[in-house]
Amino acid sequence: MKRFPIWSWFWFLIGLLYFFMPLVSTLEFSLRMIKGKYTLEAYRVAFQDPEFYRNFGFSLLWASLTIVISLLLVVPTAYWVQLKLPKARPYVEFVTLMPFVVPAVVLTFGLIRLYGRPPLVLTTTPTALIVGYVVLSLPYMYRSVDSGLRAVDIRTLTEAAQSLGAGWGTILKDVIFPNLRVALLSGIFLTFAIVMGEFTFAALMSWPAFGPYIEQIGSMRAYTPQAISLMSFVITWGSIMLIQWVGRGARGQQIQIGGAR
Amino acid sequence: MAVERSPRADADPRQDQGDAPSARPPGKPFSWTWVGVAPFFLFAFLFLILPSASIVVRSFEGPGGTWTVQNILDIFQKSDIRNAYKLSLQISATTAIGGAFFGFLLAYAVTIGGLPKAVRNFMLTFSGVASNFAGVPLAFAFVATMGNAGLVTRLLEGTLNFDIHQAGFSIYNFWGLSIVYMYFQFPLMVLVMAPALDGLRREWREACENLGGSTFHYWRYVAFPILAPTLLGTAILLFGNAFGAYATAYAFTGSFLNLVTIVIGAQIQGDVLYNPGLGNAMALGMILIMSLVMMVYLWSQRRAARWLR
Repeated sequence: MKRFPIWSWFWFLIGLLYFFMPLVSTLEFSLRMIKGKYTLEAYRVAFQDPEFYRNFGFSLLWASLTIVISLLLVVPTAYWVQLKLPKARPYVEFVTLMPFVVPAVVLTFGLIRLYGRPPLVLTTTPTALIVGYVVLSLPYMYRSVDSGLRAVDIRTLTEAAQSLGAGWGTILKDVIFPNLRVALLSGIFLTFAIVMGEFTFAALMSWPAFGPYIEQIGSMRAYTPQAISLMSFVITWGSIMLIQWVGRGARGQQIQIGGAR
Repeated sequence: MAVERSPRADADPRQDQGDAPSARPPGKPFSWTWVGVAPFFLFAFLFLILPSASIVVRSFEGPGGTWTVQNILDIFQKSDIRNAYKLSLQISATTAIGGAFFGFLLAYAVTIGGLPKAVRNFMLTFSGVASNFAGVPLAFAFVATMGNAGLVTRLLEGTLNFDIHQAGFSIYNFWGLSIVYMYFQFPLMVLVMAPALDGLRREWREACENLGGSTFHYWRYVAFPILAPTLLGTAILLFGNAFGAYATAYAFTGSFLNLVTIVIGAQIQGDVLYNPGLGNAMALGMILIMSLVMMVYLWSQRRAARWLR
């Protein structure tokens, strides 16, 4: 006969409290803009600001560009390493761990100092920003794709396609891609969540983005920043839920380590 | 293509253990297969290695293009900078230990602690979300929680008639920021520890009991030694996580707290140290500490892989 796991419940409840107290508080706070009653005024104000849409739009743009470049960089590399060049694996893995070793603020510092002056100036265009985001996304993207590649027998699939006369383009598009769908979507949603809330790169390189916008609003107004923070949480939450939803049935959950924020 | 599998006498034996043996015949000086990964490494070289290397080189640059080690010495000698490192290290250690401890208990509760499966799934999902919820929004969430007009502040005032701000407690300090950091620290521990705790086999416990061991013996001599590398590795990961954090601290405390990342951020926006070389040296210090963190983490992962799989 098992005893009632009182301590387990105790710690679980503490954890629950820790998780939800800030969220409940943020919600409650965001509703208090008009004294004495709960209204959605803060949300109305937030949605009225044209800057909100502009910054949000820019973050969407940055996120899309980051995802495309990250995919183009990571998918062929991971595939090639798995298929033809296992020797390169330690080096690739080393690179994907580097963003943890070089924190965002340090990388920004390095990028601005290096590419802020000739011969190669990248800070006058959003290139340096996107590049930073891609670096930030590398660990997540690579590990998603790599675990996806390991889960299917990529070699046999490739050889089968080749023996049926498929070229590399067809192999990647019609054979490898569909098998990697879950892995790719995981990497994409995670990168999306990270870029949408990112502050360090955009703020220090002075590009419009959602993260710096929330921070600016925070120094100007009360209540609206909390309303927007809650939206930001919903974006993160939605992305993670989507990852779990597309990955349901797939075995094992990946632990993602990346750069600190 | 099956010919590829045929082992060669002179092939590296390590290569044949993986599921994908090298297509590259040994002894050939250059193989075109490396071209396939060239874009990736070129990108990494340009935007990761080169910026880091430039930080290293410029740390030794003195005024007027001279070479000096004074910047490195300044880190230890200038009290501002020494204090920044001290505070960053303290807050990282505090939240790493706190996060690891609390995260472990939670992971234990939802895996082998006898809670229903739904609770476990819920906790793991939420940990995935919380560990990725950091930066500016997190800072504002905590302002709404325990700031001057925060919900918890008002609840404490209303129910216990206890005004935390009258009691001389400000949240925009070391402990306040630690509480904020913990929000993304302990979920990471839960995510790592849950599979590790699942990996503890029933047979090990039974074997221990058959040999007359108590629960204490099981944890002391079986489970803990197996879990120790994972615990250590994750704690050190949390340490690095907090050490490199910038956005959360900046949005929460502004520049009240003298953290290394905050100083570097200020240095980027305007040369607050009045010495570009010193800024580079501070960044170099971060890279070195993070490298150390990564080495311990990788080492502990290898140790952990022996038992848990």
